[in-house]
Parts: sequence; structure tokens; C-alpha cells
Amino acid sequence: MSITTAQEEPELIQLLTPDGELREHPDYPLDLTAAEKRGLYRDMVLVRRFDSEAVSLQRHGELGLWASLLGQEAAQVGSGRALGADDMAFPSYREHGVAWCRGVAPKSLLALFRGVTNGGWSPDEHGFHLYTIVIGAQTLHATGYAMGVQRDGAVGDGGSAVISYFGDGATSQGDTNEAFNFAAVNNAPVVFFCQNNQWAISESNDRQTRVPLYRRASGFGFPGLRVDGNDVFASLAVTRAALQHAREGQGPTLIEAFTYRMGAHTTTDDPTRYRIAAELEEWKLKDPISRLRAHLAGTGEGDEEFFAAVDAEAERLGEQVRQECRSLPDPQPLDIFHEVYAEPHAHIDRQRAEFADYLASFEGAGAEGGR
Amino acid sequence: MSVITYRQALRDTLRAEMHRDENVFLLGEEIGVFEGSYKITEGLLKEFGERRVRDTPIAEEGFVGAAVGAAMLGLRPVVELMTINFSLIAIDQIINHAAKIYGMFGGQTSVPMVIRTPGGGGQQLGATHSQNIELFYSFIPGLKVLAPSTPAEAASMLRAAIRDDDPVLFLENLGLYNTKGEVPDGDDTVAEIGRAAVTREGTDITLIGYSRMAMVASQVAEKLAEEGISVEVVDLRSLRPLDRETIVESVRKTGCAVVAEDDWLTYGIGAEIAASIQEGAFDWLDAPVRRVAMAEVPMPYAKPLETAALPSPESLITAVHETLRAVGRRVG
Repeated sequence: MSITTAQEEPELIQLLTPDGELREHPDYPLDLTAAEKRGLYRDMVLVRRFDSEAVSLQRHGELGLWASLLGQEAAQVGSGRALGADDMAFPSYREHGVAWCRGVAPKSLLALFRGVTNGGWSPDEHGFHLYTIVIGAQTLHATGYAMGVQRDGAVGDGGSAVISYFGDGATSQGDTNEAFNFAAVNNAPVVFFCQNNQWAISESNDRQTRVPLYRRASGFGFPGLRVDGNDVFASLAVTRAALQHAREGQGPTLIEAFTYRMGAHTTTDDPTRYRIAAELEEWKLKDPISRLRAHLAGTGEGDEEFFAAVDAEAERLGEQVRQECRSLPDPQPLDIFHEVYAEPHAHIDRQRAEFADYLASFEGAGAEGGR
Repeated sequence: MSVITYRQALRDTLRAEMHRDENVFLLGEEIGVFEGSYKITEGLLKEFGERRVRDTPIAEEGFVGAAVGAAMLGLRPVVELMTINFSLIAIDQIINHAAKIYGMFGGQTSVPMVIRTPGGGGQQLGATHSQNIELFYSFIPGLKVLAPSTPAEAASMLRAAIRDDDPVLFLENLGLYNTKGEVPDGDDTVAEIGRAAVTREGTDITLIGYSRMAMVASQVAEKLAEEGISVEVVDLRSLRPLDRETIVESVRKTGCAVVAEDDWLTYGIGAEIAASIQEGAFDWLDAPVRRVAMAEVPMPYAKPLETAALPSPESLITAVHETLRAVGRRVG
């Protein structure tokens, strides 16, 4: 009996090598203009700058928590730019690059992590749902949503699709496997976009799976593929194809974007405790931004003036989000009773009234809260 | 007025709601071709087709989660969980997602879904299939929990649940499906969520129950009337929100109360009712509030043991007698 294991080298779909060389792929032709390529470069640089600013804000006590996307810019920008206006994305909590592509302002993401709002942005307006913190749960929401899209007849010509983002850790969860099965059985128009960043907090890939993750799809009966997640061109091309496949009513696809979490899991984590520095150095050679820069410089599609302008824009963005974050208004105590239920609820009304009375009892009290 | 079973009332209401609103659809295991383990969905696949009646893989977390997603799109899924015991497999999707998405998405995305599921023992289904764990959901802000005890209530409350914009756990009971009651013909009453009902007026003592135990309480009240004891029966109907006002008002009138519940005593629904009574009617109480509940053991499988574990009409009568003796009445 032969068992396919993770040790075998799986095929990696790549259109742009780490050195910035273009590669043709028969199944994923991509014809981008120079302006489009420069746009992807700008997206990635700005998103990285915004992300590093958010880490810094958290270090200064301005945010409760931040989950850095450092290293995953190509997977997120490539797939994010593949989405159509009518498509819907269900993110986990690290998809700041996809949020950027969906027109969600950085300030809105900071508002969420600062805790001044639970909303932050309108999911319908942006085609980008709010972050889900529980690992893998959103794969089921995306599947149910996609089944609804299918039920409403929005597949076929001019149809729309749903994409669910999650990490390698989520592939071990029951929710994700149930979502795969439901989507397969119902032929739901959903793309499962797994960013395999090699680490589920401290659990490495080989502690999570014996087979390359993309091969899981075949057991459920739909296509799976592994793309170089540090290659923005390939990420864009495969996601575009998978979304079109879904929109046309051909069902789900699992995309495993093979990438690397260059930073910590979140700001509460210290990766030096569980992984060796050499690994990070190795992945730096495959950096998503420098390879596109090398390509643009090599072809002349981007010159020093362009790179300098993007860098300057990134600095301005960093400054801007720092200011915006600090000027976000604090929520008020009574806000805790908002948005518990969509409809009026006696318990909530009673608690709100009691708490309002309690707060009112401090009004007019002296500086020492005296009586 | 027609006399129909609790089962029929649920089925008729599902059918009518599906005709009324194209967005209402059913999702669950065995609900289509098999027409439901308890035949609540009988005939509905034939009438509405697979688009509206979806048989799912046997994966509760999966189909509850998919229903959450469909509800986020604006559909109104009515999920059937074969029994409330299986909700344990779906509990993350219920408690962490259905109940919290509205708040965690800043009030922008409501989750208008219903989870219909029967609780209850007495069917010799063993310890893992006979539980009353509605308490878990009654505890959770963001959820609503309804527990009708009669066919008419089942109908008006299921209508309310389906039309409500919040996630509702709709508790049925294996021991109620075959019970009969009057339901007005062509009824379209929508129950007010969060209202208990005084189903029998009385002056000596308040007997409080919900779901199957509300029915048992009514039977017990009938029997005690023959002894000259005037029992007021409060059917909670809604466990979250809980109608504290109706409970307190009744106890202020009668001066004593017994709570009847099918779940376990410690930390149970009855504990919450007793606490509500002492908060709202302490000065009116003439005796401690008593609770009658199931024995605190995993439900036995053997019939005589199962019967012994469940609260009985006799145990309620005893509790009423003891309470009245405590206030100085000669009874029993």
C-alpha cells in the first residue's frame, strides 16, 4: 500500500520566481498591464506599512491586540484583487490585506482592534464580512452563505461567488472539514482559501497533517491546488480561476497558498520560543514584495521614482493611521447593551435602566466621588 | 376550533410560514425523505421540494453553521436538531456565532434563524439522548429560548420565532408531540416573545413550569382542586427572556410557590425562578420556594429506573402539600 505523505514534493503553482522572473503556466495565463502590476506592488507595500504601524500601536498600548500579516501580503492582495464587486469574503482575523483590497479603511480595522466598535465596516457594502476569531467557524458561514447565493439563483452567467479565508491550523478543525463536505455535496459556489503560513501558533505543519493540505480536497470530491502564496501573480490567477469556476456553478475549490508568517501569531506571541531564526532568513529570500520589485525593475515597468513615491506614500499612511487611531472616540459604558439582540428584549431593557441609574448616581459627586 | 396534536400544530405552522415567506426554509438531518425522526416535517419535501427542505449530512455543527451563514445572507433557516442532545455537537456555532454575530458585527448582520429541537426523557433513549439542557442556551445573551407546552402555543410561538430577527432555540418535548389541544382554525396569532401565561387562576399556591412540566402542572392543579386546593399555574413559555413580572405577581397573590422542572435541580431553571421570586416577592412569601426536578443522575435506560428519575405528578402534589403545611394549612 502506498500512502501519499507530506514528504513528497507537491506541485507549486508559480508565475513569478523569487528572483522576479516570469514563468508561464498552461492553466493560469495572466496578462497584466504594467499599471496593474504597479498597483499590486503599491497594495503590498502599503498594507505591510499599515500592518507594521498597527504592531507598533499595540506596543504603545493603543490597541488591545494585533495579528500581523507580515509575509502574507501576496496571498492576500493577489486573492483580494481577484474578487469581483458582487463576491463576498469571509475572513478570519489576519486578512488586513484582503480588507484593503475590499476598500475597508485601515482606520476601521484599528477601530475593531482598539475595541471602540464591534462593526468597523459594513459587510454588505464592502463584500467583506467582519473578522471571525474562532478558528475555522467562518468556513461554515461562507458555505451556508454560498448555498444561499446558489438558492437565489445567483450562479451561472453574471453569477457571484463566496470566498472563505482560514489558516493551516483551521484545517484540523471539524468545522472546516464539515464545510468542505457540505460545499462539495451541495456544489456550493465557494472558494476555500487556506493561507498555509507554516505555523498554527507554535504547531508546525508536520504536527497538523500528513498530507499536503490541498490534497484534502480530493477526498471531499473537489479540486485542490497549491499556489506560491508569496507570488502575487499566481495568487491572483488561481483565485480568479477558482472564483469563476464557482460562479459558473462548478462548485468549490481549495486553494492552499503556501506562504510564511514572518512575524508572531499575534502581539501576545513570541515565535523565537519555538522556531529557529534560520527558517525566517530562508523565507526572507522568497519575500513577496522584493520579488515583485525585482520584476518591475528588471522589466522597466517600475523605476526608482515609482518605488520612492510608493515608499513616501507608505510613510504618509503610517503617520495617518497613527493619528486616526489615537483620535478614535472611546465607547460609553451604556453601549454594552447595544446590539445584544436585533429586537427589543426585556432583560436588556431592565439591565440598561438599572445601569443608567447607577451611572447617574455619580453625577454631581465631588472629585473624590464623595457623598 | 380544531383539536390537533402538538406535532400537527408544528407541522401546520411550518407549512404556513413557508407559504407566507419564500425566505423560510428547513435544514436538518432526516427531515426530507424520512420526514423527520418525529415526523414534524411530514409531507413538506413533497410540497416544497429540495430547495426549501434540505436534507443534510449528519454533522450538526456543519448544518447549524451553514444555517448561520444563510441567515447572514437574509434567509430564514429553520433548523431541526433531532434532539437537543445533538446540540452539544453544534454548541460552538450556537453560542459563539448565532448568538454573537449581531453584536460582534456591530449590529449590522442579524441572524434570523430558528433551531427547533425536542428535549425530554421518558422514551427509554438512555443517558445521552434524554437530557434537558435548555439551560445552556437560556444562559446565553443573544439567544432567545421558547418552550411551548400546548398545540396552540406551539403554533403561535413558532410563528413568532420564525418572524423574529434574532436566533431562537425552540424547545419541543418528546412527551408533548402526541398531546392534543384546541387550535383556532385559520389562526395567525403571533405570540409575544418573553411572556409567561397564567394558564389557571388560583389563590392558595403558585405552580410554575414550562414545556412538559407546564402540562403536568395543569393536571396536578386539576387534581388538587378536588381536595379544595386552589392552584395558580404559570406556564413560563419563554426561558429567555424570562417573564419575571408574571411570576412575581402570581406569588405576591398566593404567597407560596413550587417550581416544576424536567432538568436537574442544581443550577437549574428552577434555581433562577426561585431567585427571581425572592428578589420580587420576598415580603409576600409565607414559605420557602420548593423545586421539583429530575434526580441528579444520568438518565437511566431501564423503564422503571427512568420513571423513578423523572419528576412525577405525585412528587409535585407532595411538594404542594408540604409547602401548604409550612404555611399552616391542613392538607393531604
